[in-house]
Amino acid sequence: MIRLENVNKWFGDFQALKDINFTVGQGERVVVCGPSGSGKSTMIRCINRLEEHESGRVFVDGIELNDDTKNIAAVRLEVGMVFQQFNLFPHLTVLENCTLGPIQARHMARDEADSLAMKLLEQVRIPEQARKYPGQLSGGQQQRVAIARSLCMEPKVMLFDEPTSALDPEMIKEVLDSMIDLAESGMTMIVVTHEMGFARTVADEMVFMDEGRIVESAPPDEFFSAPKSDRTKLFLSQILSH
Amino acid sequence: MMSSRGRGKTFRLVWLDAVLLGLIVVVVLYLWRRASAEVFYRWDWSVVPEYLFYQNPETGDWRANLLMHGIYATLRLTFWGTLIALIIGLVMGCCRVSRNLFLRLVSRTYVEATRNIPPLVLIFIVYFFVSSQIMPLLGIADWARQTDGALRTMIEVSFGPIALIENFLSGLLVLALFEAAYFTEIIRAGIQSVEKGQWEAGGSIGLPRYKVMRYVVMPQAIQRTIPPLAGQLISLVKDSSMVSLISIQDLTYSGTQVAISTRKVFEIWIFIAVVYFVICFSLSLVSRWLERRMSRGLQ
Repeated sequence: MIRLENVNKWFGDFQALKDINFTVGQGERVVVCGPSGSGKSTMIRCINRLEEHESGRVFVDGIELNDDTKNIAAVRLEVGMVFQQFNLFPHLTVLENCTLGPIQARHMARDEADSLAMKLLEQVRIPEQARKYPGQLSGGQQQRVAIARSLCMEPKVMLFDEPTSALDPEMIKEVLDSMIDLAESGMTMIVVTHEMGFARTVADEMVFMDEGRIVESAPPDEFFSAPKSDRTKLFLSQILSH
Repeated sequence: MMSSRGRGKTFRLVWLDAVLLGLIVVVVLYLWRRASAEVFYRWDWSVVPEYLFYQNPETGDWRANLLMHGIYATLRLTFWGTLIALIIGLVMGCCRVSRNLFLRLVSRTYVEATRNIPPLVLIFIVYFFVSSQIMPLLGIADWARQTDGALRTMIEVSFGPIALIENFLSGLLVLALFEAAYFTEIIRAGIQSVEKGQWEAGGSIGLPRYKVMRYVVMPQAIQRTIPPLAGQLISLVKDSSMVSLISIQDLTYSGTQVAISTRKVFEIWIFIAVVYFVICFSLSLVSRWLERRMSRGLQ
């Protein structure tokens, strides 16, 4: 489904990604973790080309991401993304946030898009907020709208870039619950997060990154109980100790 | 504690204000007395209504006179000037943030050239070198002259007398080009003030760049730029008085003529100042209302 081959990326002199090789199969759930600045976000942002990789190759569902804007457009129709800061459109209602993509990018009729959006807002358990503006909702509700907005494009893959990092603790659960529902429905997911409880529940594969490299990847049981590298051990001891 | 100190502060300010206001009143009254003792000036405000409307002695019906024509012309300049300047400003504003180097160069050159030349110089350059050469070639005046009926009335209502249409269009062009440079920069700033995350979110739901601009970024940019755009619109009304120098018969031009021919200089210029003030002040009221209305969705 997704394949990164020897991907490198620089920000000026700083090398953000170093020889990344990474594959995700259909229906697989991958959780990416690592210290800040380790390149996790940059890596998943390369998958829908919010960042351009400078060398190596990225394939999504058989389409190669390169300078061809047609390919970028095609990939973006299949890949949904949820951001740390929600990035909802503040001038549109919740419903309009959800239907903008289907109507403008998929040329769906408005009433069809409306009913699709309502269905997905029900799935994330906030259909009653459809007529409100994002500014009137709590952080957790906003993030669930953002999930519904992405799902409205009926993507094959969902990317989550630290979806709960900007939330108050009591709102994290409602967002994670929606993500667990989604995982159970069989969606292919790549999630950058520090929520290790969530990772244990849904992940098929754990990926640990540090300094732009993938240090270790393993199924969660193995990853948490018997990490191979010292760097991973140190990281896990720090985030699991409290 | 805080509030009582705050109140004390306000009280002192009010007291100081009263003294200052009193001083100003005394100075004005003194000057007024001196002036009326030294200069004998007979105020005659009847010139204003006289030159706004006149009665045809034969038929007895009322017609708009010079000043009224001037007000119409200024309103026409404002209306069309705003419309054209907004369109140019929107297009150029988008060009300023375009990925295309050529579009960026064109818009940057336009903005810098326009903003760094004094408006009067620009008016003369565009008028003498561009308008007087290009306008006749377009044949607009010839075309307008041979129209009749409803179309002719429409042209006259929107652009003024047919005989002066070329003149009017030149003035309009200069004014719009000049103001659009400022609109461009305001709109560029508005677009750039929208967070990068909005572009990313728009892109991630599959929208091409121009649709992200159209549906996501532009509405937010416009909402944020309404106050500065309204300010610039008011400048446009005031700047429109400069085109009287190239014989566009706007309010300032008619005012000059009436003031010279009647020698009622004070009355006419005070009246003209009031008219400009009324137009500009109503615009700023409208913009304040619009600003409040548009921010309703966003808290």
